[in-house]
Parts: sequence; C-alpha cells; structure tokens
Amino acid sequence: MANKVIVETTINGDPVELLCEPRQSLLEVLRDVLELTGSKEGCLTGDCGACTVVIDGRPVCSCLMLGVEAAGKNVSTIEGLATGAALHVLQRKFLEHASLQCGICTPGFLMSAKALLDRNPNPTEAEIRYALAGNLCRCTGYDKIVRAVTDAAATMAGRSSRTAHGGAVPAETASGMVSEMLAKGEDK
Amino acid sequence: MHAITYETPKSLDEAVKLMAAHGEKARALSGGTDLLIQLRAGTRRPEYVVNIKNIPELTRISFSLQHGLKLGAAVPCIEIHENGDMRKYYPGLTEAAHLIGSLQIQSRASVGGNLCNGSPAADATPALIALGAQARVVGPKGERMVPVESFCLAPGRTVLQPGELLVEFHIPAPERRASDAYLRFIPRNEMDIAVVGVGAALTLDMSDDRVVAARIALGAVGPTPILAAEAAKSLIGKPLDAAAIDNAARLAIAASSPIDDMRGTAEFRRHVVGVLTRRTLAKAAERARE
Ligand SMILES: Cc1cc2nc3c(=O)[nH]c(=O)nc-3n(C[C@H](O)[C@H](O)[C@H](O)COP(=O)(O)OP(=O)(O)OC[C@H]3O[C@@H](n4cnc5c(N)ncnc54)[C@H](O)[C@@H]3O)c2cc1C
Repeated sequence: MANKVIVETTINGDPVELLCEPRQSLLEVLRDVLELTGSKEGCLTGDCGACTVVIDGRPVCSCLMLGVEAAGKNVSTIEGLATGAALHVLQRKFLEHASLQCGICTPGFLMSAKALLDRNPNPTEAEIRYALAGNLCRCTGYDKIVRAVTDAAATMAGRSSRTAHGGAVPAETASGMVSEMLAKGEDK
Repeated sequence: MHAITYETPKSLDEAVKLMAAHGEKARALSGGTDLLIQLRAGTRRPEYVVNIKNIPELTRISFSLQHGLKLGAAVPCIEIHENGDMRKYYPGLTEAAHLIGSLQIQSRASVGGNLCNGSPAADATPALIALGAQARVVGPKGERMVPVESFCLAPGRTVLQPGELLVEFHIPAPERRASDAYLRFIPRNEMDIAVVGVGAALTLDMSDDRVVAARIALGAVGPTPILAAEAAKSLIGKPLDAAAIDNAARLAIAASSPIDDMRGTAEFRRHVVGVLTRRTLAKAAERARE
C-alpha cells in the first residue's frame, strides 16, 4: 500500500521510528512490522485481552488502537518484561504456579498484571480479579493466575505470601524451554 | 480494514477545519473501542480518521463548585473514575463510566464516544441525561448546545451532522443535598451490555427532605436512551417514601418501550425498569443525604 507514514514512538524503553499504514492496528504493527510476536491476536474485538500491551502505564488492547496512535507514547510489550535472560517476577511466578497451559493468553495476562502492580503494589484478590477481568483464559482457569500475581506482589514487596511455596523453583522443574519462551514472549 | 488517511489535530480549530473540509468522509476517533471494530467489520468506511485525543478541550475535566463540570468528550473513562471531584460530586456518572468494559477498554473508551456511537444501551448516556448534561457541538456552521436526551435519534444515529464534533459536556454544579446514581442489569457480574440501565439524579430539601428536583433516564429499553420526565415530575414536592418511589417506578415503566431480543424479553425488561428505578432513586437519595 502506498500511503505509509512514519511513526516515532518508544517501545520497551527504546526510541523506535517505524513505517506503517494508518489503517494498521498497533497489534499488526507490533507483530508484522516490528516482528514482536509476543502480543497475540485473539478476538480482534477487545473482549479477550490476548493483545494487551501497556501504554503510558495503562493496559490497552493493541487490536483496538491504530499503530499511528502510538506516536509519542511509551509502549510496553511482553518482550520488554524480562531483563535479558532474567525473567520478571511475574513470569517466574506464572511458571511456579503453573498458571499457563497453551500460553496464548499469557502475554496479555502478564501485561495486565504488570500494569496493576506498577500502580498498586499490594492489591487485594478482588482488585487482582478486577484488573484481569479483561483477559480471558480458556484452559488453565483463573485461580492459578490470581495466585501467581498475588505471590509476585508479595515477592516484589519482600513479603512471603500465603500461597507462596517459599524460594524460587529450581530451574529444572520450570522447563527451560518455557522460560525461554516467556523471556522472548514467543510461542514457538 | 480499508485504507484511511489519519489526522491528529492539536487544536479544536484545526480539528473543526479538518472535519468541515472532509464532511461525510471524515470520522472522529476517540478511544476507538467502537470505531475500530466498525472499521474492521466494514460497517463504517470513512476516508479520513481524525484522532481527537490531542485537543485540549476534548481531553480535560474541569470542575468547580461554582460553575459545575466541563467534561471533555474524549476523556477516557478510567480518568473519570480516578478523578476525586467526579467520584464525589457525580458518583452516578462515574460509576456508569467505570462499568464500560474491562480496564483495557476503560483506558481508551470515552463518554463522548459512548454517546456519539448512538447505542440505546450505552451506559454513560442515562447517567448524563439524569444530570441534565448539555453536549457542546462545534461544526462548520458554528456552535450549538444539545441536551443529551435529544442527542440520539435512532440506534447508531445522532444529531451530529457531517463535519460536526462533540467537544464536551456541560453539567450543572451540584446542589447541596443532591446526588446521582446509575445501575444496570446484565446477566453476568461484569463485561456485558446492559439489558436495562437506569440513571437518576435527585435534590432533596435541606429542612424537610422532600424532593426538590429529580431526573430519571432509561437505557436499553427503546431505540434511544429515554428521559422519563413524568416519573421524575411525580416526585417533586414529596417525601421520597415507598409510595412515591413505587409511583415513579410505575411511570418509568410506562415511559419505556422495550423489545424482545436475545438479552431479554420486553416483559422482563419492563419489570427490571421498575426494580432499577426504585433502587437507583434510593441510592441517589442515600448519597444526597450524606
Ligand atoms: C470489550 C468491550 C466492552 C464494552 N463494554 C461496554 C459497556 O459495558 N457499556 C457500554 O456502554 N459500552 C461498552 N462498549 C462499547 C464502547 O467501549 C463504548 O461505547 C465507548 O464508550 C466508546 O467510546 P470510544 O471513545 O472508544 O469511541 P470511538 O470508538 O472512538 O467512537 C465511537 C463513535 O463515535 C464517534 N465519535 C466519538 N467521539 C466523537 C466526538 N467527540 N465527536 C463526534 N463523533 C465522535 C466516532 O466517530 C465513532 O463513530 C464495549 C466495547 C468493547 C470493545
């Protein structure tokens, strides 16, 4: 298509200048232009939350936003959650609590949880469930996800949580491949 | 999605010129939570999409006890909920905005978009009508104020003419011993479209607690949101007792014209209009007395 435009934005802390069509959603721009395929396409109607990214501190469905609207914004995606090979506490807790099976919804849940904990480091269970209500999971169920977020909040605050089973899980129990996947935000 | 040209004006003036220049070919983009779905489905095919979120008048909440509220049409619902004045002085409108979808949706969706989309089930609209909100509309022919109850014409159709923009809502300053409430019925706890929504605003007398002013508005029970004027009028000058509330609920049912659809039968909806009118009035009164 002809009418491509330049968009200057910040993605996971890095200034990015990209070229896209105005009609492309932010999700398409992330996946197809920048090859950041961690954000998933689910419903394309804002119901499932698989495409959730954090924009200027707020969780947003990247399928319901144009890529051009990211100009001047701070976009955080799942790819920026881990620091190099070191998983974010939330990612670690998702592994420890077995909070994922097929994993399609996981990047979205992690980004919603990240937005929540950045704003509210000590959420109640009700607050966690409310913050995650825009993310659907159709295989693991929500309890394990809520436990992981509760535990992550406690760990980040240096508390031990009721649901935590103390200390980090040895690397071998958390499948190396899965951790790598989560670190990269990839599904294959 | 079809190809579009994207514009992102920084001032109202610039936006009005753009909208006027492109007329029917242009559509405003607020949070995009309705519009992007419609663009993708091909049900709306504007050539120009005009982002209105960089325009100061459309993105601010300005409140004073003296002058009341100016609520920018594009302010995201989450900012309404996070605003202390909104929660304190307009709790009904605030709770309506906070019911719109998930946090992802509320981070984008605006009350202006909710109204301009023209859905009869839009949650914020009955709350705006109850508060007596006026919509400030600016277009190629100048400026006009439209009472929100007259804004919607049919499902998906509003008074907005090609090239016109909804800028902000003007909402009167809160009286003493006045408040509002909004309740909706949905089959689930969260994340659904209203089967019935009811907004109410009340002012009670300082000394004898009688109703001084009242407005009641209904959502999802007609082709447009409905101002139930008779129901509200019936309360004026009376103490808000069970008999008065029941009578208002009966008149609210009479003002509704629901249809049968997959979310509820007309008969069920009429019943729920009565239940929610009673509850919303009670809640608004409780808040007014605080
Ligand atoms: C998952 C999901 C859940 C939802 N849940 C609810 C719910 O519970 N309750 C509810 O009421 N709605 C709900 N909605 C619908 C939608 O989020 C709301 O209607 C929202 O308020 C629309 O606002 P917006 O800013 O996103 O509008 P947009 O999509 O940007 O705009 C909607 C329409 O209004 C026009 N428009 C917007 N602003 C202006 C303006 N200032 N001047 C002129 N025209 C304008 C646009 O051109 C477009 O035609 C939901 C949507 C999704 C995707």
